[in-house]
Amino acid sequence: MKYLTEFRNGELAQRMAREIHAVATQPWKIMEVCGGQTHSIIKNGIDQMLPAGIEMIHGPGCPVCVTPLQLIDKALAIAAQPGVIFCSFGDMLRVPGTDGDLFQVKGAGGDVRVVYSPLDAVDLAMKNPDKQVVFFGVGFETTAPANAMSVHVARRRGLKNFSLLVSHVLVPPAIEAIMGSPGNKVQAFLLAGHVCSVMGYWEYPPLAEKYKVPLVVTGFEPLDLLDGIRRAVVQLEAGRHEVENAYERIVTYDGNQAAQKLLAEVFDVTDRAWRGIGVIPKSGWRLSEAYREFDAEERFHITGIHTQESPLCRSGDVLRGVIKPAECAAFGKECTPRHPLGATMVSSEGACAAYYNYGRFISAEELAGAGAGLSGVLNG
Amino acid sequence: MGRVNFGGVVKRVCLDYVPEVEVGDYTIVHVGFALSKIDEETAEKTLADFREMGVLEEELGSEEAAFARAAVAPQSPCPDGSCAEKPSKTVVN
Repeated sequence: MKYLTEFRNGELAQRMAREIHAVATQPWKIMEVCGGQTHSIIKNGIDQMLPAGIEMIHGPGCPVCVTPLQLIDKALAIAAQPGVIFCSFGDMLRVPGTDGDLFQVKGAGGDVRVVYSPLDAVDLAMKNPDKQVVFFGVGFETTAPANAMSVHVARRRGLKNFSLLVSHVLVPPAIEAIMGSPGNKVQAFLLAGHVCSVMGYWEYPPLAEKYKVPLVVTGFEPLDLLDGIRRAVVQLEAGRHEVENAYERIVTYDGNQAAQKLLAEVFDVTDRAWRGIGVIPKSGWRLSEAYREFDAEERFHITGIHTQESPLCRSGDVLRGVIKPAECAAFGKECTPRHPLGATMVSSEGACAAYYNYGRFISAEELAGAGAGLSGVLNG
Repeated sequence: MGRVNFGGVVKRVCLDYVPEVEVGDYTIVHVGFALSKIDEETAEKTLADFREMGVLEEELGSEEAAFARAAVAPQSPCPDGSCAEKPSKTVVN
């Protein structure tokens, strides 16, 4: 496919990896925030192409993973109600709540439907005037324009039976939370390319300045990721901390103005709880006054929820980059994609799912130890 | 709403956020919404920059290193990735 395949070229990837090897003189820790980038890195073995000292730390850029357990439980309660058609993206169906998941609610008779776009949910509302259609609006800034348009259309059409269960989170506050947490080791960030296609990267220079970290807008294909990492390493080696755009064919400084305009109209910034991390101030969006009538939490007013996280699950540590998935004792044992303990093992952007699906069953340390053992044998 | 070709699969996509996009353009699509037009000139320049990378090192590299590289080089018909794709209204999702 044009403008995809070229950015997966193996020979160019090898060359870029060699460039990184040539430039790096000391160890560095770089975080990619976006779960989509985590998947691409693990799937394509990008981390294994890097010099031994360069470590990719996987960040909390998985909106399904950071949706609070309480909201998941509310979703389950709403979906189980008669007269409700509950719509969400596919990977949300297997995310474990305190007691079951949406898939099980469907099995028990709830009308739960997977949709590709929030506009599909609006369509369902128009075609089923006797039902309440709820869309689970989970996502970072990339998905927000779609959700904003869906409530905008619903309002324009005077729909009384459509609502949005909102779980929107923002990248810049996440970076602040990571940099502000004690014991943080991250020295540079790859910024999420598609978030920036919407928002631009005008929000980031103050962060680069405040925390003295290189911030590189990066894409998702192997060459894009290698280029983003290379630029971060070059900056780190030179002691620079600037915002760079390594995804210029798609991202501009200002971003998508049309999208930002509607976002400002439909959403207000609010404090948000991130599952596994805690409350991050001003880190999310909720529906603005003018659109509040479409808020599913207000429309359905669910009470009596008692949330309980799995005691074995270490999603929070994975999301903050404290451990790699394979370092969790439950990884691949009590916790697999078929029987996930937490969202990171089941979301298409979750780090645990990436490690499991691409066969990363041993931790980096074990891998390094095994390599050393082998070379010892070969060298006699 | 417009029609976008994802490498052969054609889907209805909302184009409200990319008013500048015309038939034949490439775009990024997320959950049924086009978010950004792919600037083709910039894409070509980025690829050209990638192809430049490591070229000098290869030319000046030691014999041993060159042999080691050649030994593991994949058998691609187009080592610098410049094989032209048949143009179509493909998009990135």
